[in-house]
This record gives sequence, C-alpha cells and structure tokens, in this order.
Amino acid sequence: MGQRTSLHDQHVAAGAKMVDFAGWDMPLHYGSQIGEHHRVRRDAGVFDVSHMTVIDVGGSDAGGWLRYLLANDVARLGAPGKAQYSLLLNHEGGVVDDLIVYRRVAGYRLVTNCATRRKVLLWLARNSPGYNVQVEERPHVAMLAVHGPNSIELACGALPPDCAGAVRQLGNFGALEHEGRLVARTGYTGELGIEVMLPGEAAGELWGKLLAAGVKPVGLGARDTLRLEAGMNLYGQDMDENTSPLAANLGWTVNWRDAEREFIGREAVQRQRESRGQGEAAVLTGLVLEARGVLRNGQQVQTDKGAGVITSGSFSPTLKQSIALARIPWGSQSCQVELRGAMTPLKIVKPGFVRFGKRIFE
Amino acid sequence: MSKIPEDLHYASTHEWVKVDENGIATVGISDHAQEALGDIVFVELPEPGAEVEARAEVAVVESVKAASDLYSPASGEIAEVNEALIDNPQLVNSAPYDDGWIYRMTITDERDLGELLGAEAYADHCADE
Repeated sequence: MGQRTSLHDQHVAAGAKMVDFAGWDMPLHYGSQIGEHHRVRRDAGVFDVSHMTVIDVGGSDAGGWLRYLLANDVARLGAPGKAQYSLLLNHEGGVVDDLIVYRRVAGYRLVTNCATRRKVLLWLARNSPGYNVQVEERPHVAMLAVHGPNSIELACGALPPDCAGAVRQLGNFGALEHEGRLVARTGYTGELGIEVMLPGEAAGELWGKLLAAGVKPVGLGARDTLRLEAGMNLYGQDMDENTSPLAANLGWTVNWRDAEREFIGREAVQRQRESRGQGEAAVLTGLVLEARGVLRNGQQVQTDKGAGVITSGSFSPTLKQSIALARIPWGSQSCQVELRGAMTPLKIVKPGFVRFGKRIFE
Repeated sequence: MSKIPEDLHYASTHEWVKVDENGIATVGISDHAQEALGDIVFVELPEPGAEVEARAEVAVVESVKAASDLYSPASGEIAEVNEALIDNPQLVNSAPYDDGWIYRMTITDERDLGELLGAEAYADHCADE
C-alpha cells in the first residue's frame, strides 16, 4: 500500500481507479479519462494534488537564498500575493526540478514534484549552509486544483464568502492567504482555475462542497492529457538533470535581468546560450499527427536535421488527433515518424496546442 | 469485477468470439481488456475479405494509455468490420460484447475454437494476471 492523501476515502467513494504514482495511491480516473478531460475544458473539475511536495522557506535570508537557488528571480514577485514558475538548476545547467514559488506574508512557499521529493529536499539542504534560512516540508498540507471555464465561480461558492470575494479579484499567478489557506491562480491545464492549499483535515469538507456544487473529480490521466494539450512540460519526461532549460522550451524561466545576480547554473546556461545554433543544440517542440494513430513517449522521429525523440505523446481529446512534445535538432523544418511500417509526416508547431478550450496552433 | 459472459469463447490474449447459427464468428475484446486499456481512441480495423491466421495480428486498439494488438482467435476470412468504431471507438469501452464488436469472420477450421478458453477458465486467467 502506498502513501495516501487526506482525500483517499473520497476518491474510493467517487469510484476512482487507484494506481501507484511515485509511491502514492492516486486516482487515475473515476470512470472515463476523456470524459474528465472534456469536463475541465468545458465546465469545471477538481484534482487532488496533495501528493505534490510543499516546502516553506523562512529566515532573514530567504529571498536572497531563493535568488541564488532558482533560475527565475523571486525579486520579481514584489509584494506578497504572487506566484512564479521556476526551475532548480544544477551547476551544469540541468534541471533538478520545476516548481511554483509563492511569496507569502511571511517567507516563501515552494511546491515541487512528488517523484523528486527526496532529491529536492537534499538539494535544498546541501545548498543552504551560509544562509540564515529555515526550510520546512509541510507534509500535512493538502492541495486541490479546480480548473475549467466555470471553476472560479463554482469554487467561490464552496469557499467562505470573504475568501471567495478576494479570490474573484485574483489575476493570473496572483495568490492570497486566508485563515490557513493559500489560494492561487495557478495550474497545469491551460484553463482558468485556482489551486487551494489547506490543512489536510480541512480538505474533505472543501472537496465535498465542490462536488455538491457540480465540480467533477478528475484523475491523473486527464491531468496528463490536459497539460500536454497546454504544452506544459512534465518533469522526468520532458526534462531532467541532463536537459538544459533551452532544450526544454524553458529559456523564458531563466531571468537574466539582474546582471549581478549569481544563481546556480547561470554560467552553464550562459555558455549554452552562446553556442546556440551551432553544433548539436536541441529544442523541445510540439508535433501534430494528422493521420490516425497515437504518438507515444520514447518514439523516435526523423527530421531534415537528424533524429529526435518524443518525450510526451498522447491523444488529444480536444483536437481528436495525436499530439506530442519532442526533442529534435535545432532548426528542423520537417519531421516524420514510423507508424505501422510507414513513414508518416508530422506537423511541427510551437509547444502549446489548446488554451481556454480552443486550438491555438496554425 | 469485469463481466465475462458464459456463452463466449475467450483467447488468453483477451479477445472473445461468438459463433452464430450460420457459422459466422463475431470477435471483440473482453471487458477486462477494455478496462485495462482505458479510454479507447482509435481502432485500426482489418480489411473485409482478408485471409487471417489464428493468433496473428489483425487489428490494433489504441487507448489514451497504450496501443494493443488484437490477435485473431481463429483462421478464416474477414466478413465484415464494425465501421461504427471509426467515429465512435469508445463503443469498445461502453459495450465490449455488443456494439463494441470489432469484426466478423468465417472460420476455416472449427478446431481453432477448441483451443480457446471457456468463461470460467478465462476468469481464472484474468485473476492470475
């Protein structure tokens, strides 16, 4: 038996097919993965993402330490009430993990992946000597993601009125704290929505109210097809410790504005930047299969510039055709994949296929 | 627990066969198989008129999770394919033994059916997997 979130009984009661996910018992789907996917694109769904690792960072050096540790610049967050997507890089410029950092009233919160938990905690510990910081994991914090065009309205009905009033005012990547909850306009679906962190013992009540309001539970299966349609990377699949952010479509998360800022990986990524366009640089791109069939993770592709590999491939329920993220040689103009013995053309597009329920590529 | 109708023959690779009074066999995949595959998004159907060998690949069922080959449970000729699956592959999920059938065939050698499992033996086989 794996670790359970505080909503385990609710998942079973909702008919979930539970599977192991990095040591956690998590819902894969509650009957139909595709039905849940459409629900998020068209109405509202709720995901239990309490398996994510929640880490609070306090102490007088917290801001300065995170400016050193993270590729994006937390100084850009300004006042409390903002969230930012960022990367932990190693000294070689590889990606240790991706995360969301929240500027809180006191200190910061990091939400990192579940499968990387041990590695990330070690990395933080190893890089903290010399800084006055307190790094504390919060294993009892539950996290619900409510997404879809109707998500905010329905979620606000399930939250206390004064909290709901403030949630309605949040902009994208805005965050607020209210009586032990942290609510932010963040997510992994390409739809409107919020993520709510709250004490594990309070999660069941919120879950119940959301379901009563008509929000449907959504499993990890649909979470994966939703994030792929949105063109968002999955750590461990689309990037890892040997991948440069530049080869993971994440160059935008590396913040160079403060030329004085020292951060782990800066020199290595700077060198990768300078050599871009020469030699063996790779890029993460989007691929679309016009023919019938499904692209799968690990499948080889062939471009006019050489071989590449599909890092995430699946069926897009919204587009009703297969889409993928793939790492291919820089400057590739055309791409093919072998399907049932025949070389089949693929369309190369910017990563990102669906946003707010609509197709977004040409 | 998945459904395993009593009156069908099953292959260990999770196909089912039902033979009607005219000797025409209908083939599909079991409830157990569709459940394991998850939502089905494409079914690659065989060509009507094609000759197939027992235990040879004849069709492909692709779900959100994986592609799965379908092996013909018997040798013979493809008589008809379920064209409804082209637009609505999820019939295999919702009705694996009815509207989700995949193809019909004439069987060359009835003895192929003897190699298949009955409902009880197939249930044991699924439990062992």
